[in-house]
Amino acid sequence: MAELKNEQFNELEQFIDSMSSTKGELIRVLHKAQEIFGYLPKEVQKFVAKKLHVSTAKVFGVVSFYSFFTMTPRGEHNIAICLGTACYVRGAEKVLDAFKRELNINTGETTKDGKFSITGVRCVGACGLAPVVMVGEKVYGRVTPDMVKDILEEYKD
Amino acid sequence: MSNYSMHILVCGGTGCKSANSDKIIENLEKHLAAQNMTDQVQILKTGCFGFCEKGPIVKILPDNTFYVQVQPEDAQELIEEHIVKGRKVERLLYEDPETNKRISDSQKMDFYKKQIRIALRNCGVIDPDNLDEYIARDGYQAIGKVLTSMTPKEVIEVIKASGLRGRGGGGFPTGLKWQFASQYQNDVKYVVCNADEGDPGAFMDRSILEGDPHSVVEAMTICGYAIGASNGRVYIRAEYPLAIKRLQKAIDDAREYGLLGNDILGSGFNFDIKLTYGAGAFVCGEETSLIHSMEGERGEPTTKPPFPAESGFWGKPTNVNNVETFANVPVIILKGSDWFTKIGTEKSKGTKVFALAGAINNVGLIEVPMGTTLREVIYDIGGGIKGGKKFKAVQTGGPSGGCLTEKDLDTPIDFDNLLAKGSMMGSGGMIVMSEDDCMVAMAKFYLEFSVEESCGKCTPCRVGTRRLLEILELITSGKGKMEHIDELKRLCRVIKDTALCGLGQAAPNPVLSTLEAFEDEYIAHIVDKRCPAGQCKDLLKYYILPDKCIGCTACTRVCPTQAITGERKKPHVIDVEKCIKCGACIEKCRFGAIVKK
Repeated sequence: MAELKNEQFNELEQFIDSMSSTKGELIRVLHKAQEIFGYLPKEVQKFVAKKLHVSTAKVFGVVSFYSFFTMTPRGEHNIAICLGTACYVRGAEKVLDAFKRELNINTGETTKDGKFSITGVRCVGACGLAPVVMVGEKVYGRVTPDMVKDILEEYKD
Repeated sequence: MSNYSMHILVCGGTGCKSANSDKIIENLEKHLAAQNMTDQVQILKTGCFGFCEKGPIVKILPDNTFYVQVQPEDAQELIEEHIVKGRKVERLLYEDPETNKRISDSQKMDFYKKQIRIALRNCGVIDPDNLDEYIARDGYQAIGKVLTSMTPKEVIEVIKASGLRGRGGGGFPTGLKWQFASQYQNDVKYVVCNADEGDPGAFMDRSILEGDPHSVVEAMTICGYAIGASNGRVYIRAEYPLAIKRLQKAIDDAREYGLLGNDILGSGFNFDIKLTYGAGAFVCGEETSLIHSMEGERGEPTTKPPFPAESGFWGKPTNVNNVETFANVPVIILKGSDWFTKIGTEKSKGTKVFALAGAINNVGLIEVPMGTTLREVIYDIGGGIKGGKKFKAVQTGGPSGGCLTEKDLDTPIDFDNLLAKGSMMGSGGMIVMSEDDCMVAMAKFYLEFSVEESCGKCTPCRVGTRRLLEILELITSGKGKMEHIDELKRLCRVIKDTALCGLGQAAPNPVLSTLEAFEDEYIAHIVDKRCPAGQCKDLLKYYILPDKCIGCTACTRVCPTQAITGERKKPHVIDVEKCIKCGACIEKCRFGAIVKK
């Protein structure tokens, strides 16, 4: 698991200090924090709460409410499988099952070596290419279960 | 622009971008330069053309040639043949599936013939990053007209007379909403654009923001003038990075041109727009939730009244409209309400954008006049069901809507007709299902969504939707009982009557509408322990047909659990105990020897 570095906290602190007012900016700050740390562990939530003068409970309440925020670190390559309706109708579930089987992890989990994680996402809006899988920023369209091995192969070592 | 004799438009929407349209542009530029023609031909990256099924799309003007499924390697041929020699590249033209003839003019394609594009008027036509191109298409003329020759009251009257209704799903009359917001006096008021498109399978708002961001900027400014607000906010999904980038650029450019900021066009009117990012919560499409989320809180709804028009963002009068609604506004101002009311049905004026997806041939983004029938949309524009399968149902309104069947195909689509049929317009997702789709599983899919997205504030939604889902899970896994059907119906009614916000009240719709039209499918799951569509895994068993299996061993190699055994060149068998029903063998078998029942 990646360690939380001091310079990361410094970067976040600078971002918060540069705001003219922090009123109502909790979500914006959390977006930034997740961009810096990759996820939002307890320590980061506590830090944000202190800097914005709100309770940690409130920060946790917001983090846990929104699906964009994650409290567990994602893998080096996050595999986002679109589970929107269009992809579902065209067989996304089978693709998801194939990834789970290949990597031996569940949705929301990360492989032990920290290489891959699987998340289900709601509609990336490329319904013409359904079913769609994103690995990092790269989009794979019209994915079938037997393409899964080849896709993973691209990212090994 | 006028120096160029030809323009090559390449779709830069998310769908085509994912299919490498950036590389196409790069290659086109390279080969254009090789021909020394960069000063005669301009290459533009536009917004979505809508015909995503056949993307990436490249269109060449002035002769209007429409190329489909273009690959980066095709760039050289396009330049050398079409641009230099003036010969169309036949193999990249759209082939009409019925006549097998190649069609070069998009206006002659069935997909476009029945469409009228108002909200999408500039998508796929202009470079969204270029303000001048928007202006060349009458952009920012509406705000000019409003600021120089109309009073705020007159603006509201025009919108009211146009009959424009909210395109986000509710269908509330937009003009009336503006009038309410204008009536509350306050030194600070807000215009909010709801760009939190969370309905799975719907991508119309994103396409508008990516393809024509200035239309939203202009419309919000017009709204600000009409209701007396000088602050604009766009609440946009963080999952839409491209839309965010283009919208931000549009705002910055408009500010530079004096179309946003202080004293717009010398009129003394001030207005500016900021972006606020959402963080993935479906309920934030509900306006009170959206406002709480903008304030940095959990996006939970509150009871109305007070309506946002009275007390919204930071307690100030706030008017919230969705992206597509706004995109209609500048055209209505310029062409007048009479023009707009001529399109559509009696109570639903204008057009509606739909994201057509699912088991249909032409997936894409379409805009049709209200009153177009489902049959026209699915068969004429959508090109019918994929793989020649039989049509079963179409889900409109996403997780909040219901499914419509064969008998509803000739219903003219408008807000009221869809409601009367137990569905709703919603934001415009239209998912088509074929005979291969199990309706119980479909209802379960939507319930899973509603359970996950329920904010948890009110009990009927938090607990009720979960109970509904549990019953559906029992039914699809073969543990259902006949009492469950009555229980589902009762629970649905309770949730509908008692949930706090629209999300909860509409969550039972997929269950109710599938129960009404496909009760026999529920019964087949419960009584016969059988899934007629062959989709519910727990009710299926995989078999190998001995007379078709040639013993090629392809299936044994893909089976992840080694459930398939057999000698080479002899029929194989599947051990049903070991089989996890993943379906990998069926996809691998080239002889149709593996069946599920």
